Amino acid sequence: MRFKFSLLFALLISVVLVLAACSGDGSQSSNDDTSSTDNGEETTNDSSTSEEETSEEPTEATGDQVLVFARGGDSQGLDPGSVTDGESSRVTKQVLETLLDFEADSFEIKPGLAHDWEVSDDGLSYTFYLEEGVTFHDGTEFNAEAVKVNFDRWADPEHEYAFSDAAYVYSMYGTMFGGYKGDEGHVVEEVNVINDHEIEFVLNQPLGFFLQNLAMSYFAITSPAALEEYGSGINENPVGTGPFKFASWTKNDSIVLEKFEDYRKEGLPKLDRVIFQVIPDNSARLIALRSGEVDIMDGLNPDDAAGIESEEGIGLYTRSENNFGYVGFHSQKAPFDQKEVRQAINYAIDKQAIADALYAGYATTSKNPLPPGYLGYNDDVEGYNYNPERARELLEEAGYVDDLEIELMMSPTARPYMPDPETVAQIVQNNLADVGVDVTITSHEWAPYLEMTEQGEHQMYIMGWSGTNGDPDYFLSSLLHSSNIGSSNNTFYNSPEVDELLDQAKRSVDQDERAELYAEAQALISEDSPMVTLVHSTPVLAAGSGVLNYVPHPSTSESLEEVELAQ
Amino acid sequence: MLIPVLLGMTIITFSIVHLIPGNPAQVILGEAATAEAIADLEESMGLNEPYWVQYGIYFMDLLQGDLGTSLRSKAEISSEIWPHLAATIELTIFAMIFAIVIGVNAGIISAWKQNSWFDFLAMIIALVGVSMPVFWLALMEQWIFAQELGWLPAYGRQDSRDPIAAITQFYVLDSLIHLDFERAFTILKHLVLPAIALGTIPMAIIARMTRSSMLEVMKSDYIRTIRAKGGSQFLVIYKHALKNAIIPILTVIGLQTGVLLGGAILTETIFSWPGIGRYVYEAISFRDYPVIQSGILVIAFIFVMVNLIVDIMYKIIDPRIKY
Repeated sequence: MRFKFSLLFALLISVVLVLAACSGDGSQSSNDDTSSTDNGEETTNDSSTSEEETSEEPTEATGDQVLVFARGGDSQGLDPGSVTDGESSRVTKQVLETLLDFEADSFEIKPGLAHDWEVSDDGLSYTFYLEEGVTFHDGTEFNAEAVKVNFDRWADPEHEYAFSDAAYVYSMYGTMFGGYKGDEGHVVEEVNVINDHEIEFVLNQPLGFFLQNLAMSYFAITSPAALEEYGSGINENPVGTGPFKFASWTKNDSIVLEKFEDYRKEGLPKLDRVIFQVIPDNSARLIALRSGEVDIMDGLNPDDAAGIESEEGIGLYTRSENNFGYVGFHSQKAPFDQKEVRQAINYAIDKQAIADALYAGYATTSKNPLPPGYLGYNDDVEGYNYNPERARELLEEAGYVDDLEIELMMSPTARPYMPDPETVAQIVQNNLADVGVDVTITSHEWAPYLEMTEQGEHQMYIMGWSGTNGDPDYFLSSLLHSSNIGSSNNTFYNSPEVDELLDQAKRSVDQDERAELYAEAQALISEDSPMVTLVHSTPVLAAGSGVLNYVPHPSTSESLEEVELAQ
Repeated sequence: MLIPVLLGMTIITFSIVHLIPGNPAQVILGEAATAEAIADLEESMGLNEPYWVQYGIYFMDLLQGDLGTSLRSKAEISSEIWPHLAATIELTIFAMIFAIVIGVNAGIISAWKQNSWFDFLAMIIALVGVSMPVFWLALMEQWIFAQELGWLPAYGRQDSRDPIAAITQFYVLDSLIHLDFERAFTILKHLVLPAIALGTIPMAIIARMTRSSMLEVMKSDYIRTIRAKGGSQFLVIYKHALKNAIIPILTVIGLQTGVLLGGAILTETIFSWPGIGRYVYEAISFRDYPVIQSGILVIAFIFVMVNLIVDIMYKIIDPRIKY
């Protein structure tokens, strides 16, 4: 009996195997021409695969515009206020909208859910005029009350929709608006609903980048009815006014969004469905793009980019610089409490070599801790060009001749501003050996590394910073203001003059004045050299040539409302 | 046995997870986090309680069947873990079918035709299969069959443009329930490459084990007797010899199945397979304590269950075995 059973099992298996084998055969016959030209150019191969794709794909045959966006990691949550990662806001940007918005490829402000706004002369009152006739995906009306509910929810942990019990923390709100309700630094005094389509924000002190903040995808407006309905499950059920509505989420796999038919902008969005697909491995993602299984891929290896430029059927895209990588010093610890030593190291590191070795040309060397194109970027700063002789002189002045030993801390985790920190560390090590400084590299896992650098356990370390609201304050104050020592100022740089300039710039609402103050601060910072700014990287992406109107935004979150696929 | 093993697992995973350096609040908030934000988040996640209190809460919840909530996604782990587990089980089933069918048959033929060219070839392939890095094999498969030939999809469990309405989360089963055979076919195509990548090492191990076990049995007297009686070669091998050689093979199959079900992180990463291995791996890099604990607990549970099933099968195959 048992023997018969195993025979049956074997039979079943053979059926399955035959089926599987057929799958190979089936496509093989339709693909014979491809295999015969197999030793030809890769590009011919590619185009024939994509032809096959269009003829085979049932969804394209029905004329549905379905776009697959491939990325390396999954979203943390889809409640924009309670997340901080780019993979989350990339998705929420499609589903929810903000009062103001950024231009397609820069941090210039343009209208969003508010079509107009007024600022009082003292910079303490902002009035926004909201779009009328806008509905959320759940059919409820968007109005000033909805805006107030959202801002109150972020500011007040006691608010009924704050969901503090379920571990919701709105840290981006705290960072951008100086804390929460009742905190000393919290700038938002009150939010007043004037009428259904007018809302006023009253601040207790001017904030130079208040408008910039409101355009950040983290401060997008959720339907109050949905907050009531889903409660703390809101981060898996986002409901906004955006061009796409949320359909489903398979964790670590894909998020599906559907077109919102009643979107406020006539004729948009053009796509019927957007799928954010997680493909963790960079090379696998590129293969999926080449085989036509995905339309856009994020996180292309810079080394692969050069080859793709000439490839038919694939377009290469870059995001504008919005970050920089650096080697930081602990400026209160010997030997880096001496300015000469910091300057010497700055001269000794060959930044161009790092840019070439690591980013295959998709990076520019940086002289300021701020990306070019930002308000107040100081192009007159001389910076530290590679000059080992000068470095040796400065070290001698400081009293070190071939006897300086330094520990360089790093974490091998790839970051947007630095795809391969290990190689950077090795280049730095070699550069410094040339000027007689002996560097020991210690490598740490990302999680403990963040803690160690915050607590100042380092002498020298490798890190970087990415922008979010497009304002210089987010770079300069976070990294170099003395009040951020122990959190984000890991160089422990403490300059009362720079602090004063940054404070003034933060409070001013006159953007020209702010630009001047930031430029001045950069000059002082460059002289003090608390960090060696290495490179601004331009992240590279690739998309199938059928993808039209796709513009990558420097913040890494761009709206896909205008994107369409060529038939 | 099951209960003390699992109880021990909870204590060990809890301790290891909390002893490794790194703070989940810090990782979630990233390098831009302020000290206050980290403190706030730690408090709301309950991480500022002493370890034994945290373990007590975890254990009491566990007794009520509550695996807890993920620190990172704030979702119930019990609802998050099933799709991942189903993905891994589905892949493991197909990988093991591949490994068993090819491995056992190759082993039998090798033993039957000992020292023939087939034997040498099969054993060389088995040696290569055991020592080949999985990620290399996986990338080669993708490059050849997805990019160059375009026969098979490069990633995932299904066509992302046309997702399935999942019921059981076993996509092959789900598409059959929907009576959607075209979709079932697409899903099977997605299984081919990862199943081969994952099944190659077990296949090689099974082949080698089958060969040596069969060789031993084939030398025994009763086989000679059956042959002398004029039993056909096929019957001798597949009925009489295999039945007596199967116990060690079954042990290997059981162990390998357990290993694969624990999540094959490399295969799952390269083929974007949203399985349990990647779920736990992601949780480790984010220090998502509850997910790590529950994930490892579930994996341990499955491992124990698979071995239990193997033990039961021993008894069915060989009634002399008693526990």
